[in-house]
Amino acid sequence: MTVGTLLSLAIGFALVCVVLAMMLCTLRLIIGPSAQDRVLALDTLWMCTMLLALMLGIRYASQIYFEAALVIALLGFVSTIALAKFLMRGEVIE
Amino acid sequence: MNAIDALPWWAAVTVAFLLVLGGLITLLGTVGLLRLKTFYQRIHGPAITITLGTGCILIASMVYFTVIQSRPVIHEILIGAFVLMTAPVVSMLIMRAAIYRDPRTGGAARVARDTTEAQPPSDNQDG
Amino acid sequence: MRRWFPSPMLSIGLLLMWLMLNQSLALAHWMLGGVLAIVAPVLARPLQPHGYARIARPLALFRLLGMSAIEIVRSCFNVSQIILFRRADGVNSQFIRIPLDLHSPHGLALLSCLINMTPGTVWVDLLPDRHELLLHVFDLHDERWWVETIKTRYERPIIELFEAPPATGQGGKA
Repeated sequence: MTVGTLLSLAIGFALVCVVLAMMLCTLRLIIGPSAQDRVLALDTLWMCTMLLALMLGIRYASQIYFEAALVIALLGFVSTIALAKFLMRGEVIE
Repeated sequence: MNAIDALPWWAAVTVAFLLVLGGLITLLGTVGLLRLKTFYQRIHGPAITITLGTGCILIASMVYFTVIQSRPVIHEILIGAFVLMTAPVVSMLIMRAAIYRDPRTGGAARVARDTTEAQPPSDNQDG
Repeated sequence: MRRWFPSPMLSIGLLLMWLMLNQSLALAHWMLGGVLAIVAPVLARPLQPHGYARIARPLALFRLLGMSAIEIVRSCFNVSQIILFRRADGVNSQFIRIPLDLHSPHGLALLSCLINMTPGTVWVDLLPDRHELLLHVFDLHDERWWVETIKTRYERPIIELFEAPPATGQGGKA
């Protein structure tokens, strides 16, 4: 087994893991009994998407995905804060 | 994938190990999110995804790009610092929103504003 | 000096962030980052109701961060073990109350971040009247142990960090 196949196998395995994780998050997002469960699942989904972008960066040996991951992390934080604030007060801007 | 074949074996093994570990931990956190019973337990599941899973994959990315570009590439630290600074805020806000909306407590979080004593919700009942 | 660099650590952090984002050590980027590092803290000072934090001993801060990094990895494995092998209704998650002696707002913020970063514990709220902390623990086995751990391993170093001998260290003196 050469170095290249080992790394390709590892990247493939990790990609499958993260995509499975995103599916589980989506499942919780759909069935989640309460609104806070859904917000938590959405936040985890953002995180997994960021990890997926980083892994694709390794897979295609491209640095472009770093910027994508940074933007995804920023957007995820802001949107989750807004949603949590909305759950608590019923309005975002007060 | 010519760049990958040019990698020395120690770097390839390190990156592969970190990737597999990070992927497994990420999966495990979401399994916890799906499998645990109450919301207050579920909030602890994604915490391992955010800390250790993200950490493993960021370090893998750093090692990989440092080796194939043969110059130090450490700007993934920025994502790590950002995630570590924001994740506590997110989990605290979601937790407070959950307690505020919990019908059993009638909003124990209101204690912060009213300074009346309220019992924290007991987590034993199935919710 | 104090007027132009109200928070040296923040300035250094901003400069490093700029250089890392651009992935360059060219002179131009040092200058742009330097402008950012001087202007941003000065402009942001009115936004800080308590003034910038004065860290008495930066080395102690790094030791605390290292200790909590080890703690994070350790409790990650504990939590994943519980998720994998324990039956879901056998997990004893509880809310516990921890009395706090820490009063500095910066210290409380650091403490809450460190506690929330560690998997298995979530900071819920600070009960105002008795200065107690409401904490949710994923798998509680001994309440006394948690109180001891939080107080000795997290709270005492933070008190030493922020409330060190010159007690006038924080507050809007700048």
